[in-house]
Amino acid sequence: MHDDDLRLDGNSAAGLFGELFAVDLTAARCRCAGCGATEQLAAEVVYAHAPGTVMRCVHCGNAMAVVVHGSGRYWLGVSGMSWLEIPEPASG
Amino acid sequence: MERAAVLGRLTWRLAEVADIVAETARAATLVLEVDGWPGHRAGQHVDVRLTAEDGYQAQRSYSIASAPGERVLRLTVERLDDGEVSPYLVGELRRGDSIEIRGPVGGYFVWEPGAAQPVLLVAGGSGVVPLAAMLRRRLETGAATPMKLLYSSRAPADVIYANELEQLADVDGIDVIHTFTRSHPDGWEGYTRRIDAAMLAEVAWPASQGPAAFVCGPTRLVEAVADGLVAGGYPPASVRTERFGPTGG
Repeated sequence: MHDDDLRLDGNSAAGLFGELFAVDLTAARCRCAGCGATEQLAAEVVYAHAPGTVMRCVHCGNAMAVVVHGSGRYWLGVSGMSWLEIPEPASG
Repeated sequence: MERAAVLGRLTWRLAEVADIVAETARAATLVLEVDGWPGHRAGQHVDVRLTAEDGYQAQRSYSIASAPGERVLRLTVERLDDGEVSPYLVGELRRGDSIEIRGPVGGYFVWEPGAAQPVLLVAGGSGVVPLAAMLRRRLETGAATPMKLLYSSRAPADVIYANELEQLADVDGIDVIHTFTRSHPDGWEGYTRRIDAAMLAEVAWPASQGPAAFVCGPTRLVEAVADGLVAGGYPPASVRTERFGPTGG
């Protein structure tokens, strides 16, 4: 299988993040701690075929976030991300 | 707690299959009745979870095909022969069965009526599904937004929603342009190749009109189209993409 075929985007992680967070993170903006580029999380690159889900910066490839789920817990690593800007959800 | 009602985390809910409509030899639309469905925006998707008798679970994301105003929720699923979920959804599932879904999810790849800017929709294969939801949303709200759909399929028989797209092409302000990459009808004078920069230059709204673009399909198509649009002057932030790999099965 071609590596390109395995490359998804942040949209595909919406459900996974929805298990953990009460707001939609795919609409959040995030900053790569590697190159400093900011993007909406949905536009970053996601590889979901590994034992965990890895989100990489679409510009430099830096691993921004890693989520591993199993054995009754989630393991969330975000050392590759310097911040998230999360829109306040519409009320109602 | 009122706040929890607004910010609730995702939960699984049961959806009952009210009908199954064949779209092509490989794709079918599941018409679902979902108690308490919170509503969705055009372009969003849901996760579907199947549980085997031994407890093994598999889940996949599928785009919502229906417009937000429809009474039922429709998902169009393409069967991938080596997939874990799609062969069950397209082939085994029957009217009256139930499946678990959660959503809607995704607040990025969405179109809301109201903006006057023209919209370019580019689809590869079953990537047409969320884009069709946007076209249906436009019709349902009476919006006048100019929309063009550029749709790449292997052959005419692979075109999902073929009849509906033919009717949509007659609506004022909507254009539908097909390209066929493997085989095409006799006498076909349209495009017969993969979407490339020259095709985008002919079809896409000029960047000067401030268009919004939504591109959905296999990863390589999405990236080629997004790069082509940006090279043609579209600001990167105006091109929204949704890739699906073969793991979509």
